[in-house]
Amino acid sequence: MDVLVCVKRVPMVGGKVVITADGQDVDTRMSGFTVSPHEECAVEEAVQVSEREGGSVTVLTLGPPEAADQLRDMLALGAHRGVLLETDGREWGPIATAAAIVAAVGELAPATFPLILAGNEAADTGGYQVAIRVAHALGRPCATGIKRLELSGGTVRATREYRGAQEVFEIPLPAVVTVKEGINLPRYPSLPGRLRAKRADITVLRPQWQVDDLRKQALRVPPGAARRAQILGHGAAAVPALLDVLGEFGVLPTAVRDGGDGAAA
Amino acid sequence: MSSPAGAGAGGAGGAGLGGGARGGVICLAERDGATIAEASLKAVEFAASLAGPATGVAAVVFPQLGGAGTPELDASVLADCGATDVYLVQAADLNAYAPAAWARCLEQLVVSGGASAVVAAATDHGSEVLAHLGAMTGLPVAANCISAQPAGLSSWQLVRQRWAGSVLEDAVLEASCALLTVATDAVPSPSASSPSASSPSASSPSASSPAGVDGRPATHVVTPVLSQADLLVRATESAEQSSGMSLATARVVVGGGRGVGGPDGFAALEELAALLGGVVGVSRVVTSQGWRPHRQQVGQTGTKISPELYLACGISGAIQHMAGCLSARHIVAVNTDADAPIIAHAEYAVIGDLNEVVPALIAAIRARST
Repeated sequence: MDVLVCVKRVPMVGGKVVITADGQDVDTRMSGFTVSPHEECAVEEAVQVSEREGGSVTVLTLGPPEAADQLRDMLALGAHRGVLLETDGREWGPIATAAAIVAAVGELAPATFPLILAGNEAADTGGYQVAIRVAHALGRPCATGIKRLELSGGTVRATREYRGAQEVFEIPLPAVVTVKEGINLPRYPSLPGRLRAKRADITVLRPQWQVDDLRKQALRVPPGAARRAQILGHGAAAVPALLDVLGEFGVLPTAVRDGGDGAAA
Repeated sequence: MSSPAGAGAGGAGGAGLGGGARGGVICLAERDGATIAEASLKAVEFAASLAGPATGVAAVVFPQLGGAGTPELDASVLADCGATDVYLVQAADLNAYAPAAWARCLEQLVVSGGASAVVAAATDHGSEVLAHLGAMTGLPVAANCISAQPAGLSSWQLVRQRWAGSVLEDAVLEASCALLTVATDAVPSPSASSPSASSPSASSPSASSPAGVDGRPATHVVTPVLSQADLLVRATESAEQSSGMSLATARVVVGGGRGVGGPDGFAALEELAALLGGVVGVSRVVTSQGWRPHRQQVGQTGTKISPELYLACGISGAIQHMAGCLSARHIVAVNTDADAPIIAHAEYAVIGDLNEVVPALIAAIRARST
């Protein structure tokens, strides 16, 4: 089965997000880039499908020329082909992104991609909708947030969790499925995989940017995100103070032999 | 009946959003047994804040898995949150969660009632249904909003979350009908606002304009027109998981990160969590190393927690992790690095090695209770 996986290049942010002076982007001068965590699992899932059932894995991304790096990362995990929908670096809205993916699926024929995978949501913009828009445009069913995927015949059985219960969807192929981290544990790229990815040709298409009716004005870091903890002490010597704090919060177990009032203060 | 989503046979009210409710706001209200899920109640309050004093706020309730066997809904909680109308959806084939079918029903209500906005809590169901609605109508969807204000005809000024809440975006939405999901863990709880607030504040239409008699919302039964394609994706079974206490609802979460050092280090954290009546949660590095299963992961791509206490041990505090514990009442960090980002998020911190501090804490708690 030929599987298409859609991924997105996002900044690799650590403990702190810094916004650029013009308020339009996350400052990435000090950070690398990666794909969203769910998407790495989507690629792993697709590679496992191809290992089990044969067929190819095509990884597609929409982004600036540098997004080819993320395609090569995914090729190193075992994907076979990379497709870059190259942009000039502007942010694309979900409607335009979905339209570009749908057009690319048409152009990449004869591969028809019975299964299209994506992450449940992008780590940065978190729009929760590109895959669903792609599914509607292609007239396919769509399941999202999937933690277990089983293919049999022309059907996909997709399982997810919702409010502590499991939801199971059985849908016919061709289909669009978004997955969540936890569906699998992505492998580390092998050295031969890396070398192959480095040399691989990447198909480049250039879709047309469209204005989005949801227009970003500015990004900011929410207030109150920069306080500093009161230091209770160092090492085991801090345990009595820590115990007091836990008592104050009311989370200590009720003491057994001191009358049960659990006084820690 | 001109409306495709008109009142069904047992309908108690008319089609559309009721009299005087043109340009009203529709809100998806997810059931939780006989009541409405907390997140959806917040979404209804959010929806009510968007509606003008003369416009309706329609809460739309779908059948739960099990269909006719589900308990009768107590709609008064929806009125308390500002709903003027409650639409109970009934359809022969619609007895389980079906995202496209739910969206189709909302679409038909939007068309018949001329709604100016559709709101849902940014849960997995709410986000999915609104994305389907956006795809069906070609309208944009603004996900994870924390505020929205009308800014002229079919224009809205929004604040929405990016990076799971670590970044806020100011945005303008131009749409004949605004499709919004609400980041309900970032807006105040319904219980925090008094339903009986009688001050003549212009910003509380919810308290001052009950539609029905006795403050009860007008209830309508609607039957959507659904195609086979709308019903292709349906939850076919739903089994409760029996995995003990839920990370999402635990009162105490003891967190472990890279500083735990390996899979063996979690025994002490489990012991401490058990003593405090809580559970262990972990950071992403722990699950991607395979030290612990993903279901224990706290964060943007794991579980969002809201405990009384989050005791984060050996966790640096990357924004993706902090996004999962923004709702913790108290955060206490144990970390060897006084400059770790977690220190900027915690209320208290112990600087030191968790492999020394945690056993000493366990011993102190045990000594205290004997």
